[in-house]
Amino acid sequence: MNAPADLSLSDAALQAERSARSARQAEVVAALRAVLPAHALLYRQEDTVPYECDGLTAYRQLPLVVALPETEAQVAAVLKTCHALQVPVVARGAGTGLSGGAMPHALGVTMSLAKFNRIVKLDVLARTAVVQCGVRNLAISEAAAPFGLYYAPDPSSQIACTIGGNVAENSGGVHCLKYGLTLHNLLKVRGFTADGEPVEFGGDALDAPGLDLLAVVVGSEGMLAVTIEVTVKLLPKPQLARCIMASFDDIRAAGDAVAAVIAAGIIPAGLEMMDKPMTAAVEDYVHAGYDLDAAAILLCESDGTPEEVTEEIERMQAVLLAHGASRLAVSENEAQRLRFWSGRKNAFPASGRISPDYMCMDSTIPRKRLADILIAIAAMEKKYQLRCCNVFHAGDGNLHPLILFDAADPDQLRRCELFGADILETSVALGGTVTGEHGVGVEKLSSMCVQFSPEEREQMFAVKRAFDPAGGLNPGKVIPTLHRCAEYGRMHVKKGLLPFAELERF
Amino acid sequence: MTVADTALDNLIDQVRAARADKTPLNILGGSTKAFYGEPPPAGPALATLDTRPLAGISSYEPSELVVTVRAGTPLAELEAALAEQRQCLPFEPPRFLAINAAGGKVGGMAGGTVGGMVAAGLAGPARAAVGGLRDYLLGATLLTGRAELLSFGGQVIKNVAGYDVSRLLSGSMGLLGVVCEVSLKVLPVAVATATLRFEQGEAAALKQLNTWGGQPLPINASAWWDGMLVLRLSGAAAAVQSAVQKLGGEVVDPALAAAFWTGLRDQTDEFFSKALVAVDAGATLWRLAMPQTAPPMALAGEHLVEWGGAQRWVVTTTPASAVRDAAARGGGHATVFRSGRPSSAGAAAGFDGPRFAPLSVPLMRIHHELKTAFDPDRLFNPGRLYAGL
Repeated sequence: MNAPADLSLSDAALQAERSARSARQAEVVAALRAVLPAHALLYRQEDTVPYECDGLTAYRQLPLVVALPETEAQVAAVLKTCHALQVPVVARGAGTGLSGGAMPHALGVTMSLAKFNRIVKLDVLARTAVVQCGVRNLAISEAAAPFGLYYAPDPSSQIACTIGGNVAENSGGVHCLKYGLTLHNLLKVRGFTADGEPVEFGGDALDAPGLDLLAVVVGSEGMLAVTIEVTVKLLPKPQLARCIMASFDDIRAAGDAVAAVIAAGIIPAGLEMMDKPMTAAVEDYVHAGYDLDAAAILLCESDGTPEEVTEEIERMQAVLLAHGASRLAVSENEAQRLRFWSGRKNAFPASGRISPDYMCMDSTIPRKRLADILIAIAAMEKKYQLRCCNVFHAGDGNLHPLILFDAADPDQLRRCELFGADILETSVALGGTVTGEHGVGVEKLSSMCVQFSPEEREQMFAVKRAFDPAGGLNPGKVIPTLHRCAEYGRMHVKKGLLPFAELERF
Repeated sequence: MTVADTALDNLIDQVRAARADKTPLNILGGSTKAFYGEPPPAGPALATLDTRPLAGISSYEPSELVVTVRAGTPLAELEAALAEQRQCLPFEPPRFLAINAAGGKVGGMAGGTVGGMVAAGLAGPARAAVGGLRDYLLGATLLTGRAELLSFGGQVIKNVAGYDVSRLLSGSMGLLGVVCEVSLKVLPVAVATATLRFEQGEAAALKQLNTWGGQPLPINASAWWDGMLVLRLSGAAAAVQSAVQKLGGEVVDPALAAAFWTGLRDQTDEFFSKALVAVDAGATLWRLAMPQTAPPMALAGEHLVEWGGAQRWVVTTTPASAVRDAAARGGGHATVFRSGRPSSAGAAAGFDGPRFAPLSVPLMRIHHELKTAFDPDRLFNPGRLYAGL
């Protein structure tokens, strides 16, 4: 974890540090005043507090200065100025990230790109959109809708999260098994290097000359370059989507059914799982009519032309029944389909209602190990004497176990942290990864030590230096230093107090 | 110790030795794409690092849609294993014949290796519909210029732990290290497929393809050449059937169609066969990656359009600068795919400029820095991607 360290300094030392910070702040403000209008520069505490964290509220840090550039020339000037002064820069979109990727640097400038919210061009014939980094994910699909097109990646925070943030995190969504992640739906990222030089990754064709730098910039969590404008691909909107809701009496049978759907040569548009405790929690919250007796519920969606959907739904039903589905319902209309999804989409707030606190994990495992990890988690519930609800992007093997606890009880917090650590370690042992879609940020820095060797981490530092030799962009995130590699990271979500708590999550 | 362990140890030893002696290495797979990229630097031939002993499929479970395979594995072997489970590499990497140093065809590993496929990063007819190699690359184990064996990515579809170094290897031409093993996402073979033919000029075909692209149709591949547009549909049986009804055109016999798409993928069809002859006579085969709506390229010579307009093949004797300018004006870039060999007697002077389109200053700087980061002593494939790298 990367929580701000408790500084056990003497009063005199603290005083000295504060005055050094003030002096540095004055210096940076003076330099940025030369390149930004006064209203685009925030440094008083009451103005910078809103920027102290992103969606991961457990970790907070006041930035030295917040810059709100309005033009590309201003972005370049802020970067050049900070580069010259050796001030770290943390680029920020909507601040909905869940791993602290946009957490400010204590002696750094947080550069909010919120003003870059224009859809520059929508080319219907080419099925592309050129959008500024601050455009919201959903706004792209809304703008494309009149032409029968949409932007496929749909992270659950899509009403608020921006495309620039999606590029930083390589965001997914519930449909990425079929439609891919952010990377698979982009052509070009235009922006600036750490020292303010304009740069373009990718291009208007399907490939660009040289190394595929776009592939490494996407998902780099703001460590390699600053994204200003993105060219995305748009897809024709599927004519129809229908969803199967299937109950299983046994967790292992549900896990096997997921594998069987894929083995039958079907790529569902979405394939999600909830276990019994999770189903109980969400049913109490959304009253969608979920089967409360089921050990696990699968949501299995098909989209495409009406003929395609009919054919695929039939095939999926057959597979699910053959693998022991005890109850099965197919959505008959759009309202019913959305009702099937409502519980899944509200898993987080529902958990917030049944427990004072919960902690969310985001590991990914090979699909075939779904039942194994569920059984392991059930054993961990006994071992750590805490309850856990499970929601999964089952088609992708991406887990979101929610460990329920009361942070007011220090022993529960301790047990919860051990529980989470156990899940991450087990996921890596099962052939998985510590983060499927929320990113490393500051939250999973320590978990990275489990997954990567010292040499691999050093190689990632070298990649960082290749793009950003001075290390000015978002320093301290994503790759843990050697001395950090001692403990695991976790995400502690205070009862529903996520910023954007009204949003559907995950 | 397994054969693969020994093969890997041998590779590591060879890189260590090369590092100690500062002798650069030419990474070798099936040698089927020796024509691609910059020719080796002048002077004595480079020592070779043969990846073929490092072969075999490490793990493959069809229900995971993931296969992990070692670099030296023949691509043909991998594809056969996938086909047994009715799965495939959807991006259809081309399979070239093995060519020896003198330009003659040899037997052996026709179709090349998995390592070579990754290093070249090429894709076939379905690229525009399904994505390229990079989109299917989930993880890689890389032997760097420090003789360190590093793994990035993994075997799972969703993974955002650290920088996505594995995808960076797609099309890296061996610049960053020796790809030892990769995990690839695979997909089921489509249930149904159909091929349609339309007599159409190039401009009309481009417009038509882009219009269809905006509709929910199961178009999987397209090719336009010599006044004929050929379209491949694939997906659920009902979807393909209804698209055939809707689109019209002439339905091509399935066996003929399959042969056509294979020929196009492997560049053995009529267009590419003629192109090879023209290249021997001094012409250049260019690959232009373009925005799919770019108008027909105003360049003399034979043209073939793929990927819904996003890939244009041009066989021409037009000077390189004119080809590059035309591509850049249209928003794309041009690669010298095959050219007459400057050394071969009888052929024209051949092509001696850069094979790949030049990079902007900051991108070239990043390329140099990345090369240094992975291969500080510049051991691997010197100059194969760009001179000096």
